[in-house]
Amino acid sequence: MVVLRHGLMESMSLIQEEIFNQSNQKENIMSIYTKEEAKAILEKALSYSKADGCELNISGDIIGNIRYARNTVSTAGINSNIQLAVQSNFGKKVGTATINEFDDASLAKVVARSEELAKLSPESPEFMVPLGPQEYDASKMYSEATAKITPEFRAAVAASSIEPAKAKQVTAAGYLEDSAGFEAMANKRGLFAYEKSTSLDFTVTMRSDDGLGSGWVTRDFNDVRKFNPEEASNIAIDKAVSSREAKAIEPGKYTVILEPAASIGLIRNMTRSFNARSADEGRSFMSKDGGGNKLGEKIVDERVNIYSDPLNDEVPASTWSGSGLPLKRTQWMENGVVKNLTYSRFWAEKNGVAPVPFAGNIIMEGGSESRENLIRSTKRGILVTRMWYIRNVDPQTLLYTGLTRDGTYYIEDGKIKHPIKNFRFNESPIIMLNNLETLGEQTRINGNLIPYMKIRDFTFSSLSDAI
Amino acid sequence: MKRRDFMHLAGAGAGMMATSIPILGNTICEQQLLNPGMDVAAKKVLADVALNTAKSLGATYADARIGRYLNQYVFTREEKVQNTVSTESFGVGIRVISKGTWGFASTHDVTPDGIKKATELAIAVANASAKIQTEEVILSPVKGHGEVSWKTPIIKNALEVPVSEKVDLLLSANAGAMENGASYVSSALFMVNEQKYFASTEGSYIDQDIHRIWPTLRITAIDKSTNTFKNRQGLGAPVGMGYEYVIPDKSEEIKGGADVVLYRNRYNMIEDAIAGAKQAKEMLTAPSIEAGKYDLVLEPNHLGLTIHESVGHPLELDRVLGYEANYAGTSFATLDKWKTGNFNYGNELVNLVADKTQKHTLGAVGYDDEGVKCKQWDLVRNGVLVNYQAIRDQVHMIDQTESHGCCYSQSWNDVQFQRMPNVSLEPGSDPYSIDEMIKDVEKGVYFVGRGSYSIDQQRYNFQFGGTLAYEIKNGKITGLINDAAYQSNTQEFWNSCAKICDVNDYRTFGSFFDGKGQPSQVSAVSHGCSTTRFNGVNVINTGRNI
Repeated sequence: MVVLRHGLMESMSLIQEEIFNQSNQKENIMSIYTKEEAKAILEKALSYSKADGCELNISGDIIGNIRYARNTVSTAGINSNIQLAVQSNFGKKVGTATINEFDDASLAKVVARSEELAKLSPESPEFMVPLGPQEYDASKMYSEATAKITPEFRAAVAASSIEPAKAKQVTAAGYLEDSAGFEAMANKRGLFAYEKSTSLDFTVTMRSDDGLGSGWVTRDFNDVRKFNPEEASNIAIDKAVSSREAKAIEPGKYTVILEPAASIGLIRNMTRSFNARSADEGRSFMSKDGGGNKLGEKIVDERVNIYSDPLNDEVPASTWSGSGLPLKRTQWMENGVVKNLTYSRFWAEKNGVAPVPFAGNIIMEGGSESRENLIRSTKRGILVTRMWYIRNVDPQTLLYTGLTRDGTYYIEDGKIKHPIKNFRFNESPIIMLNNLETLGEQTRINGNLIPYMKIRDFTFSSLSDAI
Repeated sequence: MKRRDFMHLAGAGAGMMATSIPILGNTICEQQLLNPGMDVAAKKVLADVALNTAKSLGATYADARIGRYLNQYVFTREEKVQNTVSTESFGVGIRVISKGTWGFASTHDVTPDGIKKATELAIAVANASAKIQTEEVILSPVKGHGEVSWKTPIIKNALEVPVSEKVDLLLSANAGAMENGASYVSSALFMVNEQKYFASTEGSYIDQDIHRIWPTLRITAIDKSTNTFKNRQGLGAPVGMGYEYVIPDKSEEIKGGADVVLYRNRYNMIEDAIAGAKQAKEMLTAPSIEAGKYDLVLEPNHLGLTIHESVGHPLELDRVLGYEANYAGTSFATLDKWKTGNFNYGNELVNLVADKTQKHTLGAVGYDDEGVKCKQWDLVRNGVLVNYQAIRDQVHMIDQTESHGCCYSQSWNDVQFQRMPNVSLEPGSDPYSIDEMIKDVEKGVYFVGRGSYSIDQQRYNFQFGGTLAYEIKNGKITGLINDAAYQSNTQEFWNSCAKICDVNDYRTFGSFFDGKGQPSQVSAVSHGCSTTRFNGVNVINTGRNI
């Protein structure tokens, strides 16, 4: 298989992508194997195994992208790839080898190489014997329409940003990436898993030509038919225009309305830290006074309910984890109480509990209030449409710092009064979710469902001149 | 990024990094790292296939990069090895200008036929793009270098050192930490070797062998009675060196304030782990800082990150021009400010230089990824903004004729583009030590090592924490303090620079996986400086109760 990739940072156009597609059609098709094709390769490879255990992961995808800036396309590309990873073990000595050729001789070679590496490796004390056969739900992540996205479509998306931007004296810089792929795994104990998926991620930054305003929008879908690039780009253009000539207000504690694109960073960072091991070891915000973890404790407002569900129609996710565990609906927080923490297979066995893998999506239950209603019911507050450069300051309290960006507005007496200059914040999602005022409607954001939220006493610590 | 592109390292000793790191290429046996790879003469023949094919198809310029990229990573925690992995990636990337337009294609089929096909594709891409391009590529002139080579000046190739020896080092460091009060410790070694062959129609055939190494440590101390924990990162830096970097040498140690041991071109990982455990324990009971204005004394392994974020990134020309607006952002250091010739980035003490030649740094190479011989140039001189970072097709936009030589690609199958060179603060010219600097401070904080960091998209407002923070009162360090972070504005900050220690204190900080572009590429870069004092900076208290 030839793996080709192209992409230039400047002066590239869409036409080249067509050429690329034409010249690599065969390779592209080869990158997505059917369940039967994948199974045949994996079974063939397993037949060469001489180790105690052998587990295989194969995945392939075709990723297309287009990037534009300064109201013109700057990069376009297609990347097609496929890879097989073989993990062999002799006792707790483990070796992994990878390859991207699948003829019999190559398969025999990669299996032998993984065995050679395993024999040379030091013991991995936390190695777990591969799982036996499992039952998986059928994944909902694949959309034929997304898999068939063409260069013309990507060009049209870019044009749908650039043309309306130019008309309003705004400059567009955006990026669209779509992918179609498959993943499969199998092991000597009879486990087999397979799924196909597609995704589309779009972001665009619109800056007013006078440099005084900036707006941004993000959209992501598994099924491209839900994507309306004009609608998305126009939101960013409106923000660029409406955020011009922002006024400075004093930093401090404010009631904020957080759009899902603003809160996702903090919510995602919090849920990623729902880890039993670090909590049990005493080095997490989930560590309990006197030892152990906070499972069963109420740590945020009782209206907070967060779960994962790979079968959710709006935000479908993988139905199996990297170690082959089935992924099912998992409740992380219920009425503000910690219901589950992730347990690796090693940590679960050590503690005599069932493993809890981390899931591919986060769903935070919302309320019925629209964004407009949340604004209408706010006497004095700030509308935050995006947060950026979020970094952990203190893992003990889950304190994060970051900045607002691309459209921040002052609300008074139920109305947006004027744009304001950006703030740096220092806030913990735990404190934020204890200061919950109102939950609004949910929106899909980065593969998750997050509601609009009104929060009191959100801590802004300084002003930024950035636009 | 897809699942298979990353090695997941939950809880691994990757220091301040994210818990995933990119895997480039296929995993291989440790012994295969020592395979010499393709002979230079054979590479020249193959590169000429690309150049001749491109010329015969009408290209006005072509370059070929035949690259073999080797990586080895070793991860441990406490007394356990978590993972060791060696990878290799080999292929060729071909870039052409045809009809005034760039085209690029790459292949791992490094044969005359594979290269010919990839070159034809690159030409086809350029010709197709030419139909709609409105501005022809203008390349600054560059001299053909003929057949030349460059190698990172290493003493001991880290890839030749057995994994078992590396594991022993990491486990010894871990043991040192555990025996001195650490509750947990993670450590890792990252090693990179780029074997790059570059050829261009300008008449250059450049063979380079580039080495980098990064030892990391994360030490955790826990007080169960108070349910408190503190982390202390290692004080080593990623460097452009061989395995000799982790072989201790007392003459490369510097005694910092509060007797903290700091490292120049040799790192004593075991000693640092022992000290780190003691300091992490001390942090458990240290007082919380009172927020307010303080004079900051910033140690090089800390200040390097502030330089990276507040000087390195805003002076990348593509950011200034808006090409990165949707990802990393733009820059406050706009062309109109630069054109005035008197934009004061900092006060007259501040001299910031870009550099691709400094020994032991991550950015040091002989030639960049478009065949330009590397050099040093001024970015800020006596406080005034004087230049940006630009490559061959950019320098004409700032009315210059010579590329700065800072073009880089993370691998053969990614196109090269402008990346940050080393950006460093020149040391003070008068003799001045850390001890003298601390003595001169009435109310201050001494920050050591990298900590939390965040900066806005135009690089005005930033906030940094440190690995260690010590309070200074009336010229003396009183002890460690918790919850300290400083906030400032780039121009204000560099104008508050009060004094810089002399060259005896000069060291480099490094960033091993700096990201830029969409799709994103990583690069490695160092930042040198001596301990520097900044007056009257706002320090906040980051302590919270949850």
